[in-house]
Amino acid sequence: MTEQINTNHHKANLEIFSETLQRLAQNDRDIIAVTSDSRGSGKLVPFGNKFPNQIVEVGIAEQNLVGVAAGLAACGKKVFAVSPACFLTARALEQIKNDIAYSDNPVSAIGISAGVSYGALGSTHHSLHDYAALRAINNIIIVAPADNFETEKAIELAANSNIPVYLRFGKKPMPFLKSNNDDVFAFGKARTITEGEDIAIIATGETVYPALEAANKLKAEGINVSVISMHTIKPLDTNILDKIAKKCSAIITIEEHSVNGGLGEACASYLIQQQFAKPFKIMGIPDEYTVTGSQEEIFNHYGISEQGIAAQVKLLLRK
Amino acid sequence: MYKVSITSKELKQKSVIYRKKILQYISQAKAGHTGGSLSCIDILNVLYNVVLNVSPENFSSPNRDRYVQSKGHCVEALYVTLADKGFFNESDLNTMCQYQSKYIGHPTKKVNGVEQNTGALGHGLPICVGMAIAAKMDEKEYRVFTLLGDGELPEGSNWEAALSASKYKLDNLCAIIDKNNLQITGTTAEVCNTDPLNKKFESFGWAVKEISGNDIDALKDAFSSLPFEKGKPSVIIANTNKGKGVSFMENEIKWHHGVPSAAQYLLAQQELDYALTLIEND
Repeated sequence: MTEQINTNHHKANLEIFSETLQRLAQNDRDIIAVTSDSRGSGKLVPFGNKFPNQIVEVGIAEQNLVGVAAGLAACGKKVFAVSPACFLTARALEQIKNDIAYSDNPVSAIGISAGVSYGALGSTHHSLHDYAALRAINNIIIVAPADNFETEKAIELAANSNIPVYLRFGKKPMPFLKSNNDDVFAFGKARTITEGEDIAIIATGETVYPALEAANKLKAEGINVSVISMHTIKPLDTNILDKIAKKCSAIITIEEHSVNGGLGEACASYLIQQQFAKPFKIMGIPDEYTVTGSQEEIFNHYGISEQGIAAQVKLLLRK
Repeated sequence: MYKVSITSKELKQKSVIYRKKILQYISQAKAGHTGGSLSCIDILNVLYNVVLNVSPENFSSPNRDRYVQSKGHCVEALYVTLADKGFFNESDLNTMCQYQSKYIGHPTKKVNGVEQNTGALGHGLPICVGMAIAAKMDEKEYRVFTLLGDGELPEGSNWEAALSASKYKLDNLCAIIDKNNLQITGTTAEVCNTDPLNKKFESFGWAVKEISGNDIDALKDAFSSLPFEKGKPSVIIANTNKGKGVSFMENEIKWHHGVPSAAQYLLAQQELDYALTLIEND
């Protein structure tokens, strides 16, 4: 089947994060946002206006942001530590590792404008390392929601998670991946967007949408593609990997992240240990000085586009 | 101040006994941070036996005071204090730093009585700022304390947190600096001078008291006057002696994490036993 892309009323996942957090905070005084001069870029101005006693502003000081968040969580608060993903997961990596994950303080670390969302601002502002860095840290869930539905559900789950969560998203409006948003959403359980047996594309975050566009294009050409939104990079949904490894003749993974250490290598590591021996390709940002341009231009440059993904599918299937 | 029943003399005895135990368990484990544990033990003694509303009975209460040891490497001082407070059997410390023991070389919450996992330096103060903000949000009375080493003060996260603490007027927060002036490479003045600490903290919006940190009565006095100023976080600059109580360890860098030989151990215990008799006869 071809999943009809629903482009109505979609927003940036970042906006859905803010709206969901405001809704949750309405009935829960323990919901706290901690920001590092990031309330504007985190779309949290309305949150701050409505709940001035539930927002903590530490200024541009990411290590303190995460440490303060950990202290608040240790005292029972449901904390969302919000900062650009590039700074949050590099500058404050030790605080994420020690104060949140190792210390079992269930903070939701929110990486805004993740991946190459900041586009032409350059490498300092890109987060292409965050999955890799955090995958090697015990006791943290890593989530990259693909659309507004996944974002809303992920924020709701994160608010009450007793395990720390890292959530990242971009600032571009993201169409709904499905016309009906009635999937059961759980961390560690991938969403099947569309099913086909020729090849599976396992994508995450904002790369799921171009994967779906490619699948729809290929369908018309007689190639049946499964598209999986692997919104949770850790823990990985190995059940769905088992299923598609049997069913499909090849697998492509796509991520807005370095090809080193991210979703693709996580899938490859699991699959190879299950004796998977079919064509496999990791798409992402190669290990080089990232090309400059907008997010879309960077995606296009590295083939993370309807055309680029479709071409890669054909290459892998030798069609 | 919750426990006023204990006398200064009893506290002084406890400090010596704690020192003896620190050396005992470090010698047994053949590992530990000897000098710093000896410099900060009087602070921990007064905190746990006089100041903190923390006990094995109330440790799960949201209203308990919080103590986070930022200089986590001096965990031996914390362990002997917590054991004395009844958080666990002291005999558990015989496993310190052994395979699969939870009594590792830095504080972890697996050990009853430990509030937060620490070890990497510059982490205690930001966590405590979060805890103190939570108390203000919930209009709770508990207070938050953290012990920092002077050697960890170049970590920028401390100063980030110091700014937030004054911004949020955290007069329920008290930082104690175990200022023993030595670190693994040399004197703190040589390695990275952070003096004058009083002026630095004052300019960051803190209320400062500088005392002798190995003086039980001075510590009691300082803690009894918290907060030093309403609407400001308090910092106690506790001037201490690294290796305090054992003459051949005092002010010697090599005892940062030096483990005494059998002969040195006996010598140290004899000196501490003598200190005990002096206090008893005082």
